[in-house]
Amino acid sequence: MVSIRGLKKSYGTTQALKGVDFEVPKGQVVGFLGPNGAGKSTTMKILAGYVVADAGVATVGGVEVGPGSIEARRLIGYLPENNPLYEDMMVLELLRFVAEVRGVPKAQRKAKLERAVERCGLEKVLGKDIAQLSKGYRQRVGLAQAILHDPDLLILDEPTSGLDPNQIVEIRHLITELGKEKTVILSTHILSEVENTCQRVLIINDGRLVADGAPEALKRGEGTVTVVFASRLGPPLEQDKVRSMLEGVPGVSKVETADAEGGGTLGFALKYQLEDPRRGVFEAAVKNDLLLLEMRHQQVSLEDTFRKLTTV
Amino acid sequence: MNTTLAIARRELSTFFNSPIAYIVLCAFLVVAGGLFFIGVFPGGQATLRPFFGLAPVLFVFFMPAVTMRLLAEEKQRGTIELLLTLPVEDWQVVIGKFVAALGLVGVGLLFTVPYAFSIASLTEQPSSFDWGPVFGGYVGLVLMASSFLAVGLWASALSKNQIVGFIVGLLLCFGFYFVDKLAIFFPDALGEALQFLSVDYHFDNIARGVLDTRDLLFYFSLTAIGLVLTTRTLATSRR
Repeated sequence: MVSIRGLKKSYGTTQALKGVDFEVPKGQVVGFLGPNGAGKSTTMKILAGYVVADAGVATVGGVEVGPGSIEARRLIGYLPENNPLYEDMMVLELLRFVAEVRGVPKAQRKAKLERAVERCGLEKVLGKDIAQLSKGYRQRVGLAQAILHDPDLLILDEPTSGLDPNQIVEIRHLITELGKEKTVILSTHILSEVENTCQRVLIINDGRLVADGAPEALKRGEGTVTVVFASRLGPPLEQDKVRSMLEGVPGVSKVETADAEGGGTLGFALKYQLEDPRRGVFEAAVKNDLLLLEMRHQQVSLEDTFRKLTTV
Repeated sequence: MNTTLAIARRELSTFFNSPIAYIVLCAFLVVAGGLFFIGVFPGGQATLRPFFGLAPVLFVFFMPAVTMRLLAEEKQRGTIELLLTLPVEDWQVVIGKFVAALGLVGVGLLFTVPYAFSIASLTEQPSSFDWGPVFGGYVGLVLMASSFLAVGLWASALSKNQIVGFIVGLLLCFGFYFVDKLAIFFPDALGEALQFLSVDYHFDNIARGVLDTRDLLFYFSLTAIGLVLTTRTLATSRR
């Protein structure tokens, strides 16, 4: 559905995108993560046909996007960042205007409009000026104009920003609902949103893609196991000996000294990359006659992955 | 075509949903009415000449006022992103806005048509009233308005700030009005060239009731140049 190759974009001297490549197959819901200024919005603006890339190719449904790419734009529904809307128009007026410019055939216009209104729950505010709407309703109007023409691809730039928790849940439901039939690319700062709604996560940092995978895949595979040992038989524990024993446990990539509980106990933090070493730690403790007082497992959260990949 | 008209319609409804249209129209009609009055009563002549004679000055001020918000406001509010990601060509956006502005000006001019009829009825023999110059004058006004609007639209595309749009538009329109007033200071050849660039000079020709292709061509070219420049400038907002 979407294919991006070597996308580059500079604003003056700032390089917003330094060569981004990815593809999104039809029907996938993709979460686009990254710190502010990483290039999320720029990528989405290019895809939506607003901004022109300096280099590289972006295609939507096989059609290259660009300033004259009317055909590609027909396939896209776009909710820009900050959701700009004509404040002086009534909700219904705006939706009618968008339907008309989108070239929705007259015969289908009413039905499509009603469907978008119903999906976004706008029945009660159709006659209101957009300027009077609450932020939640505004956002729904933004979504309604984006889905009005039944596009194959939805590009949503921070669809939940500035909403209260209830509104966030509503919008999230709507996105999940839409994701059943459409390809969705959404950007957000809220990591839990990605875990809940997206099948795939793209993390972008400093104009480059730094991670790409399912949310579980980005979380799994890495973590820390903290252990506290005590002597079982009496003789005090030797730090070096225990350390080298732990280093020998399969899966452990790094052993660090951690807090213990006093009274001759020893604490370690074991980092692992791929293999969960808990079983190995237990077996090693048994073999070496150590008393395992505590073992705590901490999986890397999406937040950790995000922080690790996006901080310099 | 439909999309262009949809944009024009939206723009017109915005004009009339906000005070701008009414303020601009009222101000225009008050001043135009004043000019008309000066010609007829103190002058004691049943003529529209003072009205047509000063209309260019009026337009220098009013046309940029009509166009100033058309693109600047979209840029400032960010709605330009919404508009330019809809499946429309940039030139369709420009034409749509231009048509809306011309529509507003058309409404204003329509309100001045009664002046012509009053004048006609004031003449000694209303049946022999010479409608030629009146008709020519209105054609000239529409042509002049469209060239000023196109130039003003470009000014509006230049920045996010409506005031900047207005002032740049005003300066450009004034330039095209004033350029032939300088002609006497220059050698004949250059003077003629300056005269040809003057909106006022061509308007005088048409308002006399003489429709010359050169005059028409001038207005069409100026309008086209303004619209092309606007489209170009709009495209740079995509960078």
